[in-house]
Amino acid sequence: MSELAVDTSSGHDAVASDSRHDHTPHDDHGGGHGHYTSLGLSNNKLGMWLFLGSECLLFGGLISTYMLYRGRTAKGPGPNQVYDIPFTSASSFVLLMSSLTMVLAVTAAKRRDDGNTRLWLSVTALLGALFVGGQVYEFTGFYNEGLGFTTSLFSSSLYTLTGFHGVHVTVGIMMLMALRGILTKNRIVGDKAEVVELIGLYWHFVDIIWIIIFTLVYLIPA
Amino acid sequence: MAIIERPTGEMLRAPVGVSPRTSLGMYRRPVETTGWRSWLFTVDHKQLGLMYGITAFVFFLVGGLEAFMIRLQLAQPNGKVLSADAYNQMFTMHATTMVFLFVMPMAAGFANYFVPLQIGARDVAFPRINAFGYWCFLAGGLFLNSSWLLGGAADGGWFMYAPNSSALFSPSHGVDFWALGLQITGIASLTGSINLIVTILNMRAPGMSLMKMPIFTWMILVVQFLLLFAVPVITVALFLLSFQRVFGATFFDVSAGADPLLWQHLFWIFGHPEVYILILPSFGIVSEVLPVFSRKPLFGYPMVVFSGAAIGFVGWGVWAHHMFASGLGPVSVTVFSMSTMLIAIPTGVKIINWVMTMWGGKLRFTTAMLFAIGLIVEFTIGGLSGVTHSVSPSDTQQTDTYYVVAHFHYVLFGGAVFGIFSGFYYWWPKMFGRLLDEKLGKLNFWLMVIGMNLTFGPMHILGLQGQPRRMYRYTTDRIGEGFFNLKFWNQISSLGAFILAIGIIVFIVNVVRTTRGPANAPLDPWDARSLEWLTTSPPKVHNFDVIPTVSHLDEFFHRKYAENEMTGEMERIATAEELMKIQEDNAEQNIHLPAPSYWPLILALALPITAYGVIYNKILIAVGATMIVLSIFGWALEPSLADDSDLEPPAPADGPTKELAPIV
Repeated sequence: MSELAVDTSSGHDAVASDSRHDHTPHDDHGGGHGHYTSLGLSNNKLGMWLFLGSECLLFGGLISTYMLYRGRTAKGPGPNQVYDIPFTSASSFVLLMSSLTMVLAVTAAKRRDDGNTRLWLSVTALLGALFVGGQVYEFTGFYNEGLGFTTSLFSSSLYTLTGFHGVHVTVGIMMLMALRGILTKNRIVGDKAEVVELIGLYWHFVDIIWIIIFTLVYLIPA
Repeated sequence: MAIIERPTGEMLRAPVGVSPRTSLGMYRRPVETTGWRSWLFTVDHKQLGLMYGITAFVFFLVGGLEAFMIRLQLAQPNGKVLSADAYNQMFTMHATTMVFLFVMPMAAGFANYFVPLQIGARDVAFPRINAFGYWCFLAGGLFLNSSWLLGGAADGGWFMYAPNSSALFSPSHGVDFWALGLQITGIASLTGSINLIVTILNMRAPGMSLMKMPIFTWMILVVQFLLLFAVPVITVALFLLSFQRVFGATFFDVSAGADPLLWQHLFWIFGHPEVYILILPSFGIVSEVLPVFSRKPLFGYPMVVFSGAAIGFVGWGVWAHHMFASGLGPVSVTVFSMSTMLIAIPTGVKIINWVMTMWGGKLRFTTAMLFAIGLIVEFTIGGLSGVTHSVSPSDTQQTDTYYVVAHFHYVLFGGAVFGIFSGFYYWWPKMFGRLLDEKLGKLNFWLMVIGMNLTFGPMHILGLQGQPRRMYRYTTDRIGEGFFNLKFWNQISSLGAFILAIGIIVFIVNVVRTTRGPANAPLDPWDARSLEWLTTSPPKVHNFDVIPTVSHLDEFFHRKYAENEMTGEMERIATAEELMKIQEDNAEQNIHLPAPSYWPLILALALPITAYGVIYNKILIAVGATMIVLSIFGWALEPSLADDSDLEPPAPADGPTKELAPIV
């Protein structure tokens, strides 16, 4: 969780972009609240970008491991035997559409249209849950075909990689639902639109990672 | 620090009668500004910096004790102090402790304390995440060391190569503790890096462009970027290792067709940047110390900045030089050999800059300065033996011998540790308002210099003679003769370790004596150059009465000195006391500081509980996970800045000097 609190007094974008010039330096008190920053980018947003940069290396390591081991199936089933490309394409489509609904939530938040923000956050979470559900269904199928976690190096690295991604989506869903709840109870301190945008950044990142995983894991033949 | 009176020169830290609003409707927010609670729930970067420093120093003593046991064991042929098994645990935990629990958190301590002061900020960007980082470090460190009591510590060496890390070769829970413990301290490093990068990039005082930033802050910035990208790689490696040991995966099991080089690559992609993570903060410290005690600006400041950044970049392209002996093939070996030679260039640039800073300066050989010069000398020796490692045919001879041990102790002890001690002596008056004793300090320095050269110098000879590292004993009939007598050099080395230990004890004596003495350090004892000296010692809770507007590199120096237009010489125009008076006379009102919080501590406590659960009992995992989720929600719902209604009673109206700022 990033530090969500932003000073209440400068609630929205228009003020935030002006604040660099309008506020005198001593408004910068530290403590992560709005106002003057050296780069003009809010602390929370910069922090989120840095975190996502770090996450790239996390998935980089996991993807490398998978690419190294994808052909080592031991006696268990290989990629070509278990993958159901049409099914995974459909669930990938669902996940990508959730990025669209996330954008709709962010724009609604920027318009300060709370109703639509909540609506699109819910739809995004729902689509994310659909994707995770699809993954659980898919993995159950793999398991029934004899591909357990320890069956082969291929299966271990596949489950680790997609599992980490799935956990990221699940955390994202929890964040979306929590955000929706907090919005309803109006407990966000500070810039609501920015909080929605931060979670949006995370969500899009997880989607982009899935595009890479889908391409490398499913589409490129083993 | 919840409540800040309008600064009136004398900052009162006493709590004011305030009962703050409850958070989550159930819990009162912590507001104590004195006593143990003020430390437990603090989010103040200075308190956290001290906590990092003290904890890291305790781990330094633990790691030092482990090193001492190793040297005792090797002091005689057929050593009987430790069993082979205990010896394995000893060197593994010595390295792990020194790297992850001493040098890294000590640098984090200095960074926490001094970066906001050096850039003219009142705190870091995310104060609660800062506190969380400290508690993660402490929790991870205690968790790691608890393995000593629970069936034995990790014993596969600090880089934990397969197959030594497998359950077959390391059946105790040691490696599980190691993997999970480093995961927890990794969280501390990651959150800390995001926090400090945002702080440095976003919270600089007005006018402080990147190229006017103090050099220590610059080096910390480079280090945080290294951490940001290196930590996730070891995270992956540690997860794979844990999955192998806990769930029975075979990621590094050759018999199952796995590639053990995968671990080596993942580890060293983290591990080599890690080396620069360890050394660059010390480079930053001596780059602050040398100009001050040479009475000259840092020679070639932009070159020092860019060579630091260059080390940061090239540091990513040299990792396989740790693996020359693993059969990577001639192309890889050549490429990594070349890049390793290349990285010596920016390092050499720094050394030239330090020497040129001293050249023609009015040198004052204080203890801080001695340690800085010590770093230049000892690090250069270690750097030169490092260059011999970059030549792969030579490295193949030296791999896994004491020559390597000699090399990295010269760069890490002679480099990182000397830099840290230089920082102690230089910044002690800033942190505590007391000067460390210079006589004891010099004794401390000379004992450490002599001790380290006696300890690590002979290891070059031992290594080139072929004594393998991690060998738990050597037999009488194989010790050799004359100059090449293994016993002789091992005894010298153990004697050196003894002298080193006395040096550390002298430092502790110095600290105790200084702490008992009066807090009478002058405001600016060293005639310093950077902004952290533009406040009281120790600094006020809010750091600066007025956030300074920066117009120069070495802003504080340029407020004290100006060029005489007739002579072209720098002449003193103000004393530190006068500058402080100006600050206090123009003190800002209603300074907002972040409020303390329970959540960082609770969230960090949940991590070792979960980790114990992974090893022992699934129910504990559930407890830990529940704590994690609840505390994250508590954290998110708790405003980091409480609003005005938290002030009860409202600000008393007895004159403008008693005006209260809201809890923030």
